[in-house]
Amino acid sequence: MTMAVQTPRGGARRGGRLALSNGVYRGLLAAVVAVFVAVVIWFLVSLIVQARPAFSTLGFSWIIQKTWDPNSNKFGLLPFILGTIETTAIAMVLAVPIGLGTALSLAYLVPHRLRPPLSTAVELLAAVPSVVYGLWGLIVLAPLFREHVEPFLTSVLGWTGLFNGPDQGVGLLLAGVILFVMVLPTMVAISRDVLAVVPNEQVEGAMALGATRWQVLRKVVVPGARTGLLGGFTLATGRALGETVAVALVIGNSPYIAHSIKSPAATLPSLIVNNFGEATGTELSALFGAGLVLLVIGVAVNAVARMLVRSTSRAAAAASVAVA
Amino acid sequence: MTTLSFDASSDPILERRRRIQSVASVSLKRRKVYSRIAIGICWLFLAVAIVPLIAVVFYVVIKGLPAWSVDFFTKVTVPEGIPGGGVWNAIVGTIEIGAVATAVTVPIGLLCGLFLAESEGKVAATIRFSADVMTGVPSITIGIFGYIAIVKNFGGYSGLAGAFAIGIIMLPVIMRAGETAIRGVPANLSEAAFALGARKAATARRVVLPAALPGIITGVLLAIARGLGETAPLLLTIFGNQYLQWNPTKPMEALPLVIYNNSSQPYADLLQVAWGAALLLMVVVLILSIGSRVVASVLQREKR
Repeated sequence: MTMAVQTPRGGARRGGRLALSNGVYRGLLAAVVAVFVAVVIWFLVSLIVQARPAFSTLGFSWIIQKTWDPNSNKFGLLPFILGTIETTAIAMVLAVPIGLGTALSLAYLVPHRLRPPLSTAVELLAAVPSVVYGLWGLIVLAPLFREHVEPFLTSVLGWTGLFNGPDQGVGLLLAGVILFVMVLPTMVAISRDVLAVVPNEQVEGAMALGATRWQVLRKVVVPGARTGLLGGFTLATGRALGETVAVALVIGNSPYIAHSIKSPAATLPSLIVNNFGEATGTELSALFGAGLVLLVIGVAVNAVARMLVRSTSRAAAAASVAVA
Repeated sequence: MTTLSFDASSDPILERRRRIQSVASVSLKRRKVYSRIAIGICWLFLAVAIVPLIAVVFYVVIKGLPAWSVDFFTKVTVPEGIPGGGVWNAIVGTIEIGAVATAVTVPIGLLCGLFLAESEGKVAATIRFSADVMTGVPSITIGIFGYIAIVKNFGGYSGLAGAFAIGIIMLPVIMRAGETAIRGVPANLSEAAFALGARKAATARRVVLPAALPGIITGVLLAIARGLGETAPLLLTIFGNQYLQWNPTKPMEALPLVIYNNSSQPYADLLQVAWGAALLLMVVVLILSIGSRVVASVLQREKR
């Protein structure tokens, strides 16, 4: 046994310097992985350490206080947490139905010959940098919103009370819409992929039972792709939560809680990027704390999504084994 | 005929069938109408999705092209009001930062990918999970990390601090893409290598990595495309520099920074530079994405 495992000397020389023994090779890989693990830990620890002064001088309640005023030493994060959640909510309310409808069209409704080029185009658009969306939103969309979209929405939906205040263009609504446009390609690309791999037998079976086209999509295709769709939605949510520059350009950057969907507001990332340059002392620490809060929210969304996806896919695997 | 119809109407079975048919035809009509409407909404949503995406590309091309000139690619940025100028300093910064980040993260990422592909069990699962979570971490927090770790400790804002932050964003992407590509290599290839007496390292270098190359190149190009477009981490690490700076230990300029800083300026000439830089960045990123597909399909075809 030992004879068979040993490599002759000549063989080792022919292999050159890369003829590492298996133990050394595994050790090398483990060392490199340790570098990655160390960086992740370094990342978490340094963020926590740098944010700690804010927690120790302001107490834990500063996270949910309403006032951000560095001059009077108040660093409440509530307006920014709300702004982050509100812009993401606007984006997802638009992106989930429109993304799903687009993905269904691309996977099942568009003529066969158009599907590959359209799908490729969508995937390429997913790579467009977010700052480009921000530029477009600020220069092209903001005037359009101020002159046309916001007056129209106010006249139609003003009774809800969501659209009080002046039409400014920049604000929560525009930020949400920009996030929607930005996450749309990612979401459509993922959704289309998982919708397209639903087994053909199931689709044909439903058609043979007399289901209409919509019933096939609604009762067979969408449930069959549920897991992947959920993963795509949460991935998009995570991107919307953490987006910095596109939002910072179009949200108007106001440190107050928004009273209308048209009001200027701010998110955690836009707060950080706008105040970082001049901040010192407790304010700087508070900004790091804002980053920590954002990280916790972002990682929680991500981790829950991945665990959800894993548990449903395991259940699906178990079910398919049971059926087989 | 009359007797027959009289019989039929009194026959309970036929009567039942007729009732079912009438209900079914009403239901079918309803289902068809419902289906038409729902499918129509899907088409509508497709249109709604396509319009803004085309508009973005259209505007960037229309507004960016007039900014392009020889000067745009060869001169450094100038303040508002001064004619001429370009983004050469930003191009240098973006290329240098991207090159350093790529050179460091590709070997580390691939070795981690090899480790993950060869390992099962709790440790590997935890590392896989943390890599997945790291890909979803908001990029601004990576920028903060770059500031704390490099800018504060190693002599202030610099291109290298930016490369560090961009590298942290690229690393988990390359790891997971590498792992997926390596796992896609049929096990009998490496088993054949083992049977010939090759050790694990030689097998990985001579057999597994070459076979996984198309997937690896695709993953690396996509990671670079993602890294080059990141703006927030650079804002906190490289600071920006209106002069040409080749030295990566000094503050540098980068294309996303030019777009971000110029877009909120009220001056038409600075805005035009922002559009030009946006077009350039978009073209570079699209070339990388398209290139990754082309490379993957060409190498795939060669292998057959």
